Amino acid sequence: MRLLQIELYKLWHSRISKVLIFGYFSLIFSIAILSTIKIELGPISFHLAEQGIFNFPYIWHFNTFMIALLKVFFAIIIVAMIGNEYANKTLKQNLIDGLSKAEFLRTKVYAILAFVMVSTLLVFIISLILGGIYSDYNELQIISMDLEYLLAYAVKLFGFFTFCLFLSILIKRSAFALGFLALWQVIEGIAFGLMKWKLSDLIPQISAEQVFQFFPLNAMGNLIKEPFTRLSAIQNLADQMGEAFTKDYSVSFFNIAIVIIWSALFIRGSYLLLKRRDL
Amino acid sequence: MSNTLLQLNDLTKKYGSLTAVNKLSLTLSKGKVYGLLGPNGSGKSTTLGMVLNVINPTSGTFQWYDGNLTTHEALKKIGAIIERPNFYPYMSALQNLTLICKIKKCSTDAIEELLRLVNLWDRKNSKFSTFSLGMKQRLAIAAALVNKPDLLILDEPTNGLDPEGIHQIRKLILTIAELGTTILLASHLLDEVEKVCTDVIVLKNGVKYYEGAVDGLSQTHGYFEIATENNKQLLSFLGAHSAIGEISKENQYYKATLTKDLSTAIFSKEIQEAGILLTHFSKKQPSLESQFLSLTQTK
Repeated sequence: MRLLQIELYKLWHSRISKVLIFGYFSLIFSIAILSTIKIELGPISFHLAEQGIFNFPYIWHFNTFMIALLKVFFAIIIVAMIGNEYANKTLKQNLIDGLSKAEFLRTKVYAILAFVMVSTLLVFIISLILGGIYSDYNELQIISMDLEYLLAYAVKLFGFFTFCLFLSILIKRSAFALGFLALWQVIEGIAFGLMKWKLSDLIPQISAEQVFQFFPLNAMGNLIKEPFTRLSAIQNLADQMGEAFTKDYSVSFFNIAIVIIWSALFIRGSYLLLKRRDL
Repeated sequence: MSNTLLQLNDLTKKYGSLTAVNKLSLTLSKGKVYGLLGPNGSGKSTTLGMVLNVINPTSGTFQWYDGNLTTHEALKKIGAIIERPNFYPYMSALQNLTLICKIKKCSTDAIEELLRLVNLWDRKNSKFSTFSLGMKQRLAIAAALVNKPDLLILDEPTNGLDPEGIHQIRKLILTIAELGTTILLASHLLDEVEKVCTDVIVLKNGVKYYEGAVDGLSQTHGYFEIATENNKQLLSFLGAHSAIGEISKENQYYKATLTKDLSTAIFSKEIQEAGILLTHFSKKQPSLESQFLSLTQTK
């Protein structure tokens, strides 16, 4: 708790951090704006909230997917949080003042955990409210279905933020760390393309998808699959066009395990970097 | 209970082929004011960096409080400033010190007294980024004292300051030393060390050249500064004297270095009895600077 307090104290007294944190949590509420989208063209009336996106249990899937997109915004806070410690040499001073390297890292990890928990709680509350207003099904049994999306959301955020933490400790400079994060996304894409092209020739027993699922950003992406094609309206449209979606939208605990392992590796890697480097 | 605060055993730091600190062993005890002397690049900051947990030693060990505390727990009980002051620029002086109290697990009660001591109480709510270098350095001293440390480590505390700033910091160090705090002052400014320290550790090229009392830095017994009308007679007398070693001429005076203890009264009587008429006569101790130079240049 003391370590978390130290980190929150640092963040609380930084105006930029405060703006970014409040901005992030405010943006989470922006999901509610979707409920207000209403298009009326003569006899045709389209109200997004009535298309089933806020129906229980689908809302858990939809909201966690949509709100998770905002994680990039919070990544800036994480990266800046570490980058500034290096730039201001306050990391060095913290150690001189008596924080161990492990404790320093724990302050950051605890802050990430706290934000993930608050973010997950907010998603839960907002989804409950929106579902309560717009869902056609309000039975407790239906509401409590698919709650594993919240777990997937929390793991996805924690995995992504620990990746940001690792990159910012590795690279030390905020802008470069964010740049590398974007580059890593491209690298994973290229790696997948290359595997798709050549892997089956080299090792016929293994598919590109089988390997790709272990890549960190892809593993995080796989936790909550896109929810749009799951909507009955979209599926009906696909049926009419002779297409059929056979996708498995459920949360895979195998994927959760992959991301948790990556998170552990990122934290361990961050610690080893801190431990081995001279400041 | 042991008096030892810090003990270094063969501590070594290598950067590739460069050995910054070479098998350094020393002991710091409570109640003394230590000077860590050495020219730039002698390994002072690297040594401090290692014991302060920011530089990893290549080999050797160090122990705080006889090994009864881990390094980071020990660091909570000491205060240190190395190189330039490092604080959160967006926080005020007060907020920065409060954060340090949280890290050191100490009370914030001393903050007001310390900010007054370093003349920053009026600027307690100003952001650190608005401070001059002198103010930053003074805040760093307040920060290092916030936990009433057993040992205060200061690495080049007057670096980059103007004469007034240097004077303020020196005065502050003297005040702290008088209060009985054990201090380790690393500096290449010898007069700074001479004015404050009781003990000195001399480093050059990462090697310890001397560890002990400031007075004992050189084994010389001082020298006499003499001038006379009859130089030939004087030189003949000095050359034959059993307590006089090296004789040199500096400006208009002869400098007769003593090889053993010899009081001014006895020596002046001997000169008088030899019939030498003196125009100038005084006994002097070599300055810390000259002792330091002779020590580091001869080895």
